[in-house]
Amino acid sequence: MKRIYLDNNATTQVDEQVKAVMDPFFCEKYGNPNSLHRFGTEVHPYMREALDQLYAGIHADDEDDIIINSCASEGNNTVIKSEYYRSILSNSKKIRMITSTIEHPAVSEAYRFLEKLGAEVIYLPVNSEGLVDPEALREAIDPDITSLVSIIWANNETGLINPVKEYAEICRENGVKLHLDAVQAVGKIPVNMKQIEADFITFSAHKFHGPKGVGGLYIRKGNSIIPLIHGGEQMAGLRAGTINTPYFIGMGKAMELAVSNLEFEDREVRRLRDKLEDAIVKIKDVEVIGKRELRTPNTILASFRGIEGEAFLWDLNQNGVAASTGSACSSESLESNPTFVAMDIGSDLAHTGIRFSLSRYTTEEEIDYAIKVIHNTVKRLRSISSTKNKEYI
Amino acid sequence: MAKTDLIGGSLWEQYSEKVTERMNHPAFMGELTEEDAAAKGAELVIADYGADSCGDAVRLYWLVDPKTGKILDAKYKSFGCGTAIASSDVMAEMCIGKTVDEAARITNLDVEKALRDSPDQPAVPPQKMHCSVLAYDVIKKAASVYKNVDMSVFEDEEIVCECAQVSLSTIKEVIKLNDLKTVEEITQYTKAGAFCKSCIRPGGHENRKFYLVDILADTRAEMEKERLNTAAAKKSFLELTLIQKHKEVEKVIEQYVRPILNNDGGSVEVMDMKEEGGKTIVYIRYLGACMGCAASTTGTFEVIRNTLKQKVDDSIEVQLV
Repeated sequence: MKRIYLDNNATTQVDEQVKAVMDPFFCEKYGNPNSLHRFGTEVHPYMREALDQLYAGIHADDEDDIIINSCASEGNNTVIKSEYYRSILSNSKKIRMITSTIEHPAVSEAYRFLEKLGAEVIYLPVNSEGLVDPEALREAIDPDITSLVSIIWANNETGLINPVKEYAEICRENGVKLHLDAVQAVGKIPVNMKQIEADFITFSAHKFHGPKGVGGLYIRKGNSIIPLIHGGEQMAGLRAGTINTPYFIGMGKAMELAVSNLEFEDREVRRLRDKLEDAIVKIKDVEVIGKRELRTPNTILASFRGIEGEAFLWDLNQNGVAASTGSACSSESLESNPTFVAMDIGSDLAHTGIRFSLSRYTTEEEIDYAIKVIHNTVKRLRSISSTKNKEYI
Repeated sequence: MAKTDLIGGSLWEQYSEKVTERMNHPAFMGELTEEDAAAKGAELVIADYGADSCGDAVRLYWLVDPKTGKILDAKYKSFGCGTAIASSDVMAEMCIGKTVDEAARITNLDVEKALRDSPDQPAVPPQKMHCSVLAYDVIKKAASVYKNVDMSVFEDEEIVCECAQVSLSTIKEVIKLNDLKTVEEITQYTKAGAFCKSCIRPGGHENRKFYLVDILADTRAEMEKERLNTAAAKKSFLELTLIQKHKEVEKVIEQYVRPILNNDGGSVEVMDMKEEGGKTIVYIRYLGACMGCAASTTGTFEVIRNTLKQKVDDSIEVQLV
């Protein structure tokens, strides 16, 4: 059976070129880069190159840091906990932290935990466009007591891109630090730290055709962090643990390729996404969440009235198409989709969201096939559905 | 937590073959109409349960023979995940041939068992048990529609955990008998809260009338109250507060002393009590005929003193005011 992967916001296929650059660092150049001998030092030029690729990819200044870690979840936890620990250790009044209701669990759960330790966390809602409103952020900031703002750059479920430049300006005006979860931004849209003056951003290599288990934490010059993982002196003492050299080097290459493919992403991936979306919105009683021009070029979150999300995924999977849903039932926790709840989308649609996310590997043929499968799925499951006022196609 | 819990995304792997088969090829899905009913000389019953906003909704159709009360045919429509559709499908099948009363006794556990591939292997993972609950709720709804009564008629007792069918009285009893202190222990003893977890605390998959956290807190509070009452009764006189001591003294005077004095037209009252070096001094005053009676400082006084010493506590001394 055909297998079509439209779940690239969950993870992506590793680029063959990435795999190739990683290969020598398993069995040949396997030294610990912190060793003084040749086995260790021979890896350094490749690490420098990877750093160059990462710095260039997000337009970081040489005075900034990019800490190599395991993933964006680690990076998010590092920034959030570091800022709170600093307030506690310095007996500062800055116990207010601001985030939104549409964050990835790596941010929202870290904040839930800090609330138990005494942090005052404000969860900003989204506006009718599904974006975190800069004015709401401005109102929530009390510069005397606020330490950190964490907002998702592009949302994983909807693909909606937040106005991060405005957040950066507001935070700068108020002397509050800004942390952006850039997992779904890197490789999909330009990420330029010279233009967006955030203090911290986080990313994971596997979202842009790099390997899983490696990521980066960007720290703008002038900021410091308290490490999440204490231990050796790796990464200037900011993240202990022997550096995963093959993955680090693979991430550098993946970044370089992702950035060089941004134009392709914006043109070709967008074209196929739009083709799929045009076909989906032709089906009756379907709602796509968020305006196209406000979204990353690869993502569609569509709600098919009368079809529960997991049932939809089931039928897609039976026909070889992989997609995803954050709605109840499919996730093992049974909670309803926070983005839907935050966007105040009709509660009868809360369990009907399906996310299709493309990549530069998605072909036109695959999209054509997926459209057929989606049609058949809608037809079959709506014939079973008890929901009134919905038409098959 | 254990080895089997460490790899996520195994939800569908835990579905039985029967669940998969019913989801892919539901056999009893569909609608029944008044025409279908007329053709069989039956009564059409339509019942809805659940809501799209909750993630599960089902509509059940029955054709009921008005003479025998037998369900001649059953079909359903369902908004829900694969296990909800599979549960509804097997539920509709189970209704056919039963009387409405028999059908109303089908539980979600029967539905889940019917979906098992082997008797010992659950058909669905724990968090999916609530899907089978919906399938049995709608049967009760249909039965209540047919009989034109309230759904609660078919519920003998207050069910706290629908997935595991555990009642309020069972949970309270188990907490008391086994001195349970956590919700986890309740789950271990009764299976309540082991499945969809809605009944553990507010904010779960669906809203419930009772939550295990509240039942636990209330029952523990009841137990504590009972314990205090029993403990108070067993405390030695010396450990009592002065007010409690006064009550004990009054009780004995009322029961044993006053009746005797009343016979002679007199009485006695406790004016004050004082604790002094391990002794409890009770200050009394005579009333009525006892006032000025010759025996009041000798015989009568001794009776009062000895009665209190014997019936209440030996540490008591009595003084006349």
